[in-house]
Amino acid sequence: MSEHKTPFIRKYIFSLDHKIIGIQFMFLSLFFMIIGGILAMMVRWQLGFPDKAMPLGRLFPENLMPEGHMDPAFYNQVFSMHGTIMIFLVIIPILAGAFGNFLVPLMIGARDMAFPKLNMLSFWVGAVGGAIMAASFFVENGPAATGWTAYPPLSAVPDYTGVTRGQTLWVISLLITGTASIMGAVNYITTIVNQRAPGMYFFRMPLTIWALFITAILQLMATPVLASALGMLLFDRTLGTHFFAPSGGGQVLLWQHLFWFYSHPAVYIMILPAMGFVSDIVATFSRKPIFGYKAMVFSLVGIAGLGFIVWGHHMFQSGMNPALGSAFMASTMVIAVPSAIKTFNWLGTLWRGSIRFTPAMLHALAFVSSFIIGGLSGVFMASTPVDIFIHDTYFIVAHLHYVLFGGSLFGVFAAINYWFPKMFGRMLNDAVGKIHFVLTFVFFNLTFFPMHILGMGGHMRRIYDPTLYDFLKPLQPINEFISVCAFILGASQVLFVGNFLWSLFAGKRAESNPWHANTLEWSAPSPPPHLNWGETIPTVYRGPYDYSVPGLQEDYLPQDRPGAETPHPSRPSVLTPARA
Amino acid sequence: MPSWLSLPEGVSTYSPDVDRLFYLILIITGIAFVATEALLFLFAFRYRQREGVRATYTHGNPRIEVIWTVVPAVILVFLAISSRSTWDRIKGQIPKTDEEVMVTASQFNWEIRYRGADGAFDTPDDVITSNDMHVPAGVPVRIHLRSKDVIHSFFLPQFRLKQDAVPGMTIDVWLQATRTGTFEIACAELCGFGHATMRGMLTVQSPEEYRSWLQTAQAAVTAAQDGAGDAVPAAKPPA
Repeated sequence: MSEHKTPFIRKYIFSLDHKIIGIQFMFLSLFFMIIGGILAMMVRWQLGFPDKAMPLGRLFPENLMPEGHMDPAFYNQVFSMHGTIMIFLVIIPILAGAFGNFLVPLMIGARDMAFPKLNMLSFWVGAVGGAIMAASFFVENGPAATGWTAYPPLSAVPDYTGVTRGQTLWVISLLITGTASIMGAVNYITTIVNQRAPGMYFFRMPLTIWALFITAILQLMATPVLASALGMLLFDRTLGTHFFAPSGGGQVLLWQHLFWFYSHPAVYIMILPAMGFVSDIVATFSRKPIFGYKAMVFSLVGIAGLGFIVWGHHMFQSGMNPALGSAFMASTMVIAVPSAIKTFNWLGTLWRGSIRFTPAMLHALAFVSSFIIGGLSGVFMASTPVDIFIHDTYFIVAHLHYVLFGGSLFGVFAAINYWFPKMFGRMLNDAVGKIHFVLTFVFFNLTFFPMHILGMGGHMRRIYDPTLYDFLKPLQPINEFISVCAFILGASQVLFVGNFLWSLFAGKRAESNPWHANTLEWSAPSPPPHLNWGETIPTVYRGPYDYSVPGLQEDYLPQDRPGAETPHPSRPSVLTPARA
Repeated sequence: MPSWLSLPEGVSTYSPDVDRLFYLILIITGIAFVATEALLFLFAFRYRQREGVRATYTHGNPRIEVIWTVVPAVILVFLAISSRSTWDRIKGQIPKTDEEVMVTASQFNWEIRYRGADGAFDTPDDVITSNDMHVPAGVPVRIHLRSKDVIHSFFLPQFRLKQDAVPGMTIDVWLQATRTGTFEIACAELCGFGHATMRGMLTVQSPEEYRSWLQTAQAAVTAAQDGAGDAVPAAKPPA
């Protein structure tokens, strides 16, 4: 292999290696996570202490922060960019871009992606999209101020917000990042269908791969719909069309239908991969096969399928025909079933296991525990009459953060702790990892759980000063408490960043299979070389979850270890691998 | 129940129905929450790694999969069915009533409009207020909701009523207040930099008080119109 001779720029910058591209996606997402996190802290300062000047607020231009107090228009920009960045530039790229790229070839036994150049293009197109979004902070009149949902006419007519180029750049940035998403999705689907190692039948694939596979299909089918909506919004803003303007015969609600037709599946794009990671991590550290492997696969498929017919539940109070509301309520209630199945199977996997509480496992358990809350709180808003009251309140904010922070982000933390040794060949510090976990778990719950109570009190989202309303004044102590907890939650992430950076250079050297796991990535060296394995790629003899097989000395049995017939081998599927 | 664990006082005829559904879901999800989280912590503690104890080798159990698929499905379908009639009552069928109000949202206020003697909206004898809505208690009131610029959302927390006001559409909702008093109107949909300040007041009066308030206001409009007609020449500055 000639990798030692590859020049730096080809090896680490314009790399065709899926592992490097994955790591590039990870660094980019983590960078944006810091920005998104700082924006969240600013939001929390304003909501907790609307009368007090923000510390360091005077560092901002006087028109945004007069005497350190946040201007209401700036507040709208801050929370809009927090949501936009966290969803489009952190959660989606780190799950699909970073882990999808790093794990897909390694876990199915492929040397690289099916289309390495398209893969590189996907990252660099995504990076351009991110750069445009970041640049929108610095244009005249600042960045977008219409929430991550950008409902027109607010987003379509500059006069309504005072934001001019920033909102246009927002649209362009998402069009570009969406294109990157589609490129990635095509690559994952093709790679998983065509490049599996000999013996890697579909039903021998780890749940991480199933989840990334289903996610890629969702991305491929849903993202073009967002692109069409963004295109119309761009034309409305720049060319004077009236797609969303009733004055010209347009339809305001059209945007919401198109946006949610994408964004509801996107909600699952943001959680399914984490479900996959957690399934693998829970099985590995329970030293037990995943409970109900096929039920886990079919519930992933079920969530993805139903995910396309529930978008209207975001629009119950939008003016959509109430009869449609009833139909969307029914489909929304049904989609909770596969989520429940997954939760029960995770519990079933823990049952009679031999659980190792590594930082990865702790974060995975936090995922399950938060996902229970986020899933159950979703039942409230699925009920159309209850949604009348809690729609657009902090009950929704609590729900979405239980799914996106409690779910996706704990899934990301679990995955980083689990695969860091494979990515960088070094171990993260265990003790620091556990302290970071405890602080994050405790203060995450103290931050977001009380938001349910705010929502029950009718506290609207996206208002910059709750004390303007008499009925919200009694809730203000809760807002202050939430803000203090949010600051501690934010500060705790310094431990994560520190551990990550320190271990990157000075962590203990990792062996190839530090967790005694079964899946194929652990059969490659840590970190794997270019093309992942030496002369031959592994051959797969069994499913990914043969832990604690009776009669064996070891409590794990890698997928690629020949011989040693297992008592209940995963049944070979009619779907055979593409190449032997 | 501590006050922060209960919904705000409900003052519309349908608010008890919404609240009953809320608490029903709270109880069902509460049980599911306690049960699953308890099992999670119990299993994590009970099955922690111990010397000489090996995990049980099992790939699952089809029967239990069926059970934990069917049970949540039945409960969720039950919730959907029990939600339907309340939804229809609030957003579907509007009771027949003579009391009508036009609410027009714009950045950043609620224009409240009552019909004058001609019995029609959008005519010169309309009574128009800003952020000051009056309704009679005990009778259904039909509200025509529209918006001049962006999407707003007409939110009356104590009435359990929320409805977006959408440019290009007139959306009808209704309420029937169960007691008199003043209540806040909030905007629940991000509508621009003044979103948080888009606050109105709803005054629920006894039908007699409401009637006299409206008649006084209508008389004032008529007087202003007549007065305006007469006053035009007089208003000219003396030469």
